[in-house]
Formats: sequence, C-alpha cells, structure tokens
Amino acid sequence: MDTVYFDCAATTPVDARVLEVMLPFFSERYGNANSLYALGRDAYRAVEEARESVAKSINAASPDEVIFTSGGTESDNTALFGVLTKVAPDGGAHLIVSAFEHHAILEPAHWLEKQGYEVTVLKPRKSGHIDPNDLRAAIQPNTKLVSIMHANNEIGTINPVKELAAIAHESGALFHTDAAQTLGKIPFDVQELGVDLASASSHKIYGPKGFGALYIKKRTPFNAYQRGGGQEFKKRSGTQNTPGSAGFAKALELMLEDQAAEAVRLTGLRDKLINGVLSALENTQVTTDVEPRLPHIAHLLINGVEGEAMLLQLDNKGIAVSTGSACSSGSLEPSHVLLSVGCRPEIAHGSLRVSLGRFTTEANIDYFLEVFPPIVERLRSMSPVYQKMFGSK
Amino acid sequence: MLYSDKVMDHFNNPRNVGVIENADGVGEVGNPVCGDIMKITFNLDDSEHIDDIKFQTLGCGAAIATSSIVTEMAKGMTLEEAAHISKKQVADELGGLPPAKMHCSVLATDGLKVAIDDYLKKHGREPLSGEIKSADPNFDPHGDEDDDEHEEA
Repeated sequence: MDTVYFDCAATTPVDARVLEVMLPFFSERYGNANSLYALGRDAYRAVEEARESVAKSINAASPDEVIFTSGGTESDNTALFGVLTKVAPDGGAHLIVSAFEHHAILEPAHWLEKQGYEVTVLKPRKSGHIDPNDLRAAIQPNTKLVSIMHANNEIGTINPVKELAAIAHESGALFHTDAAQTLGKIPFDVQELGVDLASASSHKIYGPKGFGALYIKKRTPFNAYQRGGGQEFKKRSGTQNTPGSAGFAKALELMLEDQAAEAVRLTGLRDKLINGVLSALENTQVTTDVEPRLPHIAHLLINGVEGEAMLLQLDNKGIAVSTGSACSSGSLEPSHVLLSVGCRPEIAHGSLRVSLGRFTTEANIDYFLEVFPPIVERLRSMSPVYQKMFGSK
Repeated sequence: MLYSDKVMDHFNNPRNVGVIENADGVGEVGNPVCGDIMKITFNLDDSEHIDDIKFQTLGCGAAIATSSIVTEMAKGMTLEEAAHISKKQVADELGGLPPAKMHCSVLATDGLKVAIDDYLKKHGREPLSGEIKSADPNFDPHGDEDDDEHEEA
C-alpha cells in the first residue's frame, strides 16, 4: 500500500530533480573543496555557486553571510552559542526565546541558563502568535539576543518577525529566527525582515537530510563552535558537503519557482481536510485558525481520543501524520507547544497534525476523509469516559 | 519506538471490549490529564472464578493492548490469582513493551485490582490490594515510575 504522506513538517522526500543535481558529486565530482587540483577546485566552485544561489534566494547582502551546516539543529545551536559566547563570554547576558520553539532552541537556551546566562521564555498568545508588546515588555537592559521562530512547526502560526526584530534592535539586542518551516514556503527576505541570524533546514524542502544553513548578517558578533580547517569563513570548519550544498540550493530554487501557486493549492487542500473533519465529527476543533498561518499545516484537536492510537490506526490505512499526545512523546508530557498556547493536557492528548506538501493530491485528502471519521468513532466507542466528558449528541 | 507484533495485534483487534452492566466488579483507573483511562468490569461464576470480563480504554497503543491482554489473562482465574498478575507478566504476554510504555501495564493490572477490591468491598470482605494510587482521579502515574508496591516476582 502506498503511503499517503501527511507529515511534511517532519520531513519530505528528496525531489527527483534535487537528487539528479546531487548524484554527480558522490562518485564523479567527489573532490575535497579545499584541494588545489582540478577535482578540488570544481567542488569548491560547486559549493560557492550553491552559496550564491541560496544567498540570492533569501536576499542576503552577500554570499558570505550564508554558512552551511549539518541541519537546522546545528544552525540553531550555533546561533545561540555563537552569539552569546561572543558578546558575553562570562555569562550574565539575557536571552529571550519563545515558549513554543523547537527543542533545538529550547535545549541550548536551557543549557545556557545553567552556564550563567539569564533566559526568558516568552509565551505566545492563545492565537498561537508572539505578541510584539509582550516581547517589548520582556526586554531588559542586558538583553543581547532574541530568538523567535518564524513559524511554529506544530500549529503552523506565523510570527510577526519583522516587528519583533525591530523591537529587539531598539534595545540593542540581536535577533535570530528559526526559519525551518517558512523558508521556501512563504516569502523570506532577510533584509526585509531585518533579522541578524536565521536557521534553515534542507530536509523540510525536498532537499537531503543532514544539511542546513545559517544566515549571519555581516558584522554580527559570532564565535565559531566547530573549529578546524577554517571553512565557511572560519565560522564552521569541516570539509564541505558538496552534494548537500548543491542539493539544498536546487531544493530552495524549486520551492521559489511556484511558491505562490503552491501556497494557494495547499491552503485549499488543507481547508478541505479541516472542514471535512469538523463536519464529519463532533467535538473536534482546529487548534488555531488565527492568521497568519502556514498554508500546509492543519492542526486539529479530536476530543476524547488519544493521539498515538489515532496515528497507529491511520498508519494501518497507509496514512502518516503526527500527534502531540504525551504517549507519543518519549517524555510522557503532551506537546510543549500546545501547552504554551493554553491547551489543556486532556485536550492536547487528542491532537493531530496533518502537514501537506508538493506530492499531496486531492485524492489523498478524500481518502483521509473517508477513513478518519470511522477511526475516531471506533476509538471513542472504546473509551470509558467519552460520553461522560463530552456528552452525547 | 517499536511495538511487538503481539502488541499491534491486541491494539488492532482488542479482545473483550465493552462494559458489563451491573457487574460484580468495576474498576476505573487513570485520568484525562495523563491521557490514559481504563475501566474494567467482570462477572464471576459460582466458584468465584472470573467468568466474563470486559474493558474500555482511552489511551495509546500500549494502553489498549495491555487492557486487552489483561482481560484475556484474567479469564478463568480466581480473585487471588487475578489480583497478583504483575506488570512484568502483562508485558511478557505481549512479547515485551518499550520501557517508556511499561507504566501502561501497571495501569492495566491496577484496573483489575480495583475491580476485584470493588467486588470484595461490596460483599463486606477484605480487599486484596492496598491503596491503588491510579484509582485516584487526581493522581499522576508518570510522577511515580517505579511504584512497585503491587509488584510480584
């Protein structure tokens, strides 16, 4: 049975056109980009061409503001450690992150707090957005860095990054955004947004896993973490990932080709799915429908049903989705994202994230709408408390 | 995290789903905050062996599978025997559970114990198990992973 893949926010397949661009670099153009002979110079050129392409795609002022990394997580860690250890080597500086960041921001922030930095974790509003006034209120004289994700990977809401960056700058703080979920999907122009740093992830946009980028505006104070041969302008040493660079650049180029049209198409499919679920099943809600949100993420709360059970039942039908239930996480806590927007734990357990993409068809949506309601009804009939908690209709 | 084939079988084809009206023994454990709730009902035959037993569960794959298997295991047992089914036995019957899911097997055996003690208390007899924390709707089982007071080797 072919998978109906509705988890694009988790990862995406590598597009055939991206793979085609990458393949020569494995066995033919395999040189080390630092080597002086032709094979090496060729690899070097390929990496720099990729860099130019990515820089142009995000409207960076110059290509050397883009460094390549092993992925979004490395970019996030590097942004936080790189800046704070440079501007405040002995601790004491203040960092603000949002409460619904990916763990790749929250964990470094948590560790930095233990090392003697002050950290404020800023809660979003119930709509799922960070309110600029709340950021302004949180800023202190010693705030050096603010990191707020461009869009949230679970609930799909888009934060007002341009406004937030301006507020940070008013007080002399730098601004980083995790753009893993927005790059390529919605307009992303680093100069327009005014960010100092931004993280990107290749495997979210039909590029290879294990590859990402970090935009660092010129003159941003920064300590390299990964030191060695001095690659990436001494900001991130390591032999360059030639196929990864070429693949990522191509992936981003493809995203931009039909970005606007895809956004319209995916929004239509997303809304068809949401409306279909809401009309077929009682006691279901969209977690948030407050704009702006990403075109491809539908996040639902299915009351009285547990998320992992739904996920496994859908898996039986060949449908891949994700959930924020406690049982589905290693920590046995429901999703921190849902809790941060005020979702009660007993409701968060019934969460379902459907994230669509390039290869999603309307037939996929129709199939989901056919098989999902009976799954929910069956699980609700097995529950000892559904009637008690949600009443019968 | 990988579930065994047997866990998946009991999740996909759970045995004994339902509720017995006016059952001899009724036990409900877990709470909605935690996301796992199990209700076990059973009837006894004339020789006080478990004759009919059913479950209802709100919970993950392991929660449903452990409820299903515990009802299968308890069928035909005396109250003593059923009250002593251990979480390890439940997990072993299922071909093992991921470590993070072992607490689900505790919930299953707790549900059974509460149902058994419900029957005993209704008939003026001494309960077989001590206080079962997960029967308290305000209790959070995840705060107490190594609660083995009812564990039998």
